[in-house]
Amino acid sequence: MTISNQSISAPNSISSNSISPNPYTMKNLLKWSALGIFSLALLYMVWALYLAGEPLFAVVILALCVGVVTVFGQAKYYTARFIFPAIAAVGIFIVLPVIYTSYIGFTNFGSRNLLSFERVTGQFLRDVSVDKSTERPFKIISDGDNYKVLITDGDNTLLSQSILLDSTPLELSLSIAPAPTNEPLAMREVIKLRTQLAQITLVMPDGTELQPSGLRSFAAQQNVYELQPDGVLLNTIDATSLTPDQKQGFYVDDTGEPVAPGWRVGVGFENFNRILFSDGIREPMVQIFLWTVVFATLSMVFTFSLGLLLASILQWPHLRFRSAYRILLILPYAVPAFISILVFRGLFNQNFGEINFILNAVFGIKPNWFTDPNLARAITLIVNTWLGYPYMMLLGMGYLQSVPEEHYKAAALEGAGPIRSFFSITLPQILPPFVPLLIANFSFNFNNVVLILLLTRGAPDIVGTTIPAGQTDILGSFTYRISFSDSGQDFGLAGAISTLIFIIVAIIAYVNFTAMRNYAKKKGVAR
Amino acid sequence: MIVEHPKELRVKKFLAHGFLILFLIIILFPFLMVLSISLRQGNFSTGSLIPENPTLEHWSLALGIPFTRADGTILTPPFPVMLWLWNSIKVGLIASAGVLVLSTTAAYAFARMRFRYKQGILDSLLIIQMFPAALTLIALYAIFDSLGAITPILGRNSHWALILSYLSAITLHIWTIKGYFDSIDPALDKAAQIDGATPWQTFRHVFLPLSIPILAVVFVLSFIYLVTEYPVASILLQETSQMTLAAGARQYLYEQKYLWGDFAAAAILSGLPITFVFLLAQRYLVSGLSAGGVKG
Repeated sequence: MTISNQSISAPNSISSNSISPNPYTMKNLLKWSALGIFSLALLYMVWALYLAGEPLFAVVILALCVGVVTVFGQAKYYTARFIFPAIAAVGIFIVLPVIYTSYIGFTNFGSRNLLSFERVTGQFLRDVSVDKSTERPFKIISDGDNYKVLITDGDNTLLSQSILLDSTPLELSLSIAPAPTNEPLAMREVIKLRTQLAQITLVMPDGTELQPSGLRSFAAQQNVYELQPDGVLLNTIDATSLTPDQKQGFYVDDTGEPVAPGWRVGVGFENFNRILFSDGIREPMVQIFLWTVVFATLSMVFTFSLGLLLASILQWPHLRFRSAYRILLILPYAVPAFISILVFRGLFNQNFGEINFILNAVFGIKPNWFTDPNLARAITLIVNTWLGYPYMMLLGMGYLQSVPEEHYKAAALEGAGPIRSFFSITLPQILPPFVPLLIANFSFNFNNVVLILLLTRGAPDIVGTTIPAGQTDILGSFTYRISFSDSGQDFGLAGAISTLIFIIVAIIAYVNFTAMRNYAKKKGVAR
Repeated sequence: MIVEHPKELRVKKFLAHGFLILFLIIILFPFLMVLSISLRQGNFSTGSLIPENPTLEHWSLALGIPFTRADGTILTPPFPVMLWLWNSIKVGLIASAGVLVLSTTAAYAFARMRFRYKQGILDSLLIIQMFPAALTLIALYAIFDSLGAITPILGRNSHWALILSYLSAITLHIWTIKGYFDSIDPALDKAAQIDGATPWQTFRHVFLPLSIPILAVVFVLSFIYLVTEYPVASILLQETSQMTLAAGARQYLYEQKYLWGDFAAAAILSGLPITFVFLLAQRYLVSGLSAGGVKG
């Protein structure tokens, strides 16, 4: 094996005393300019994120930038260069989202409280009221490349001077003039000019200023709210006021009622209190939690039993066509899950589905798969078993090979049948390596959001709840629907539930990890 | 092989084959049904397994070609399935390449270099991979929403955003590749080191050529996983033209717009290549799964 002996900018971490080579090589120059461009791009993002009111993300990107420059710029972090990119990816796209989701659980973030305080205030300050009594229709008269604005005010015709409509803000004085002979522009031409028109203020001969109040008219407009020094928004029309309430994240009117839109504020444990004490949320939550556990446990038991049964049959040396069976049996695992789940959604359809068509033809029944809670739960389990048994079968076939054949022979000599020898010999030997995988499988199904979202979307709904909750919803799909359903998004509540799931997942992960450790130790595998 | 009574053996064989065949009929029923549905006319027809009037209209639509029925009605494709498939493959290939680079370099460091907290980081990776992306969708949505306000390349509806978020799917692969690197004879590193190679050169010229098989396996596994990923793709990609297959396929089966026949053809057409790749890779899959999961 030949190894090129070119100069490398970083010293060898194994032979620590190597002399640092000439720093002005082409390679070094390239490296530093790449680093420079990269960090400039990152710094621009930091700055823009900070301006956009996202200090957390700005800090993360800044940390990334510092990390990249330190690790790739300084020779002593040579080793870290190998793992830094991987750790950064995991940190930014797994760890940060987990922390950020939990953080959202302590805020009121949602469709009612979407923006920052500054942007909500800005929205109120941009509110205008149109004075209907000053509303005047307008026409646009083309004048070569330029245009004139024409306003009819009673019997008078008011005309502006000729202007080039090019989006610069303009104040145009109007004066009484004879009606021009040119035809005014058609409506569709006016629509094309609407962004340019929005910049225009017309000044009437009496000094009133008119702004566009639609595609057909100009009118005098006035800002509704005026910002007072103490932060209160004073309504200039009816003299009421809006007071910012940083606790609720809303402006409240004089009677104390919140006025939408609100902004994001921390609410402490309120979302968690809602989960624990609000009946409309707690009851479906408990039900969904229990179903999640039942679903994950039964999925694990069914796929494991079925997979192991098939693996045992396929391991039987007298059986012919074993490899053909094997390929056909793993097909459900080979087809992308998002396709097969949707296929089942269609097959189980109550009206057009093939399954009901056959059941109706043979038994004369048409079960309501998606509206009966128990049937809906049954199909999630059926489909999940169908999807999951090949994985267990493949693993089982691997582990079955590690059981010495002498054990079976001895059992056969003792007169044990296949069932007896399976439970007395096979199972005890293959269960220990299986345990961590079974725990991982449980954890996977505990959060098998894809299956539920694509198959039932939680249907049928639980009646009498204040949030969208379904009989087949598991915790994960439940939070997905709270966050991304069309009817009002409640990121705060979803974040709080996710935080609870994170705690459960962390416990499962730790248990799984210990189980793996113990197994590895027992086998004497050096770590 | 345990010697058994010939007559008993025949009964057992008969039972085993009978069970497997019956089981396969039930298990494979959905595939046969979908094939049959894709050949039926219209989106609501029910009927026997072998369609009476087979038509290729759904297949034509799935390929993006408008179809003219015998009575003159013209059907236009409801969704750009081929574009979706292309998006999926593009995102899958680029992201898998990234995943491979990140996990290989990290695995090399974990296998051969000495640094602080090494075992701690390795163990944390194993625990972190249990946290599913589906639970952090709000955060991912918020991250890419605010990045998108700065540069649309990293915003929602951008494939680069999706690829970037997919780069985190490396935790198990690091373990798999590390397991393989561990099995490479340390004498080879020693020899390279004596010849004056830096760790990077050892990695590039000794380890990489030796581990091409495992790298191919990791690439294919990662590709299959990413091409079929649904939750993140579904919240990041909302524009029809940008969707991946996984994000878009659900649109066929909305209550209000139920395109069963069109879906069947599109599902077979787009599912076949992925299934084929999977079947080719499946023998390696098992070893990868059990290595990543069990081998300490």
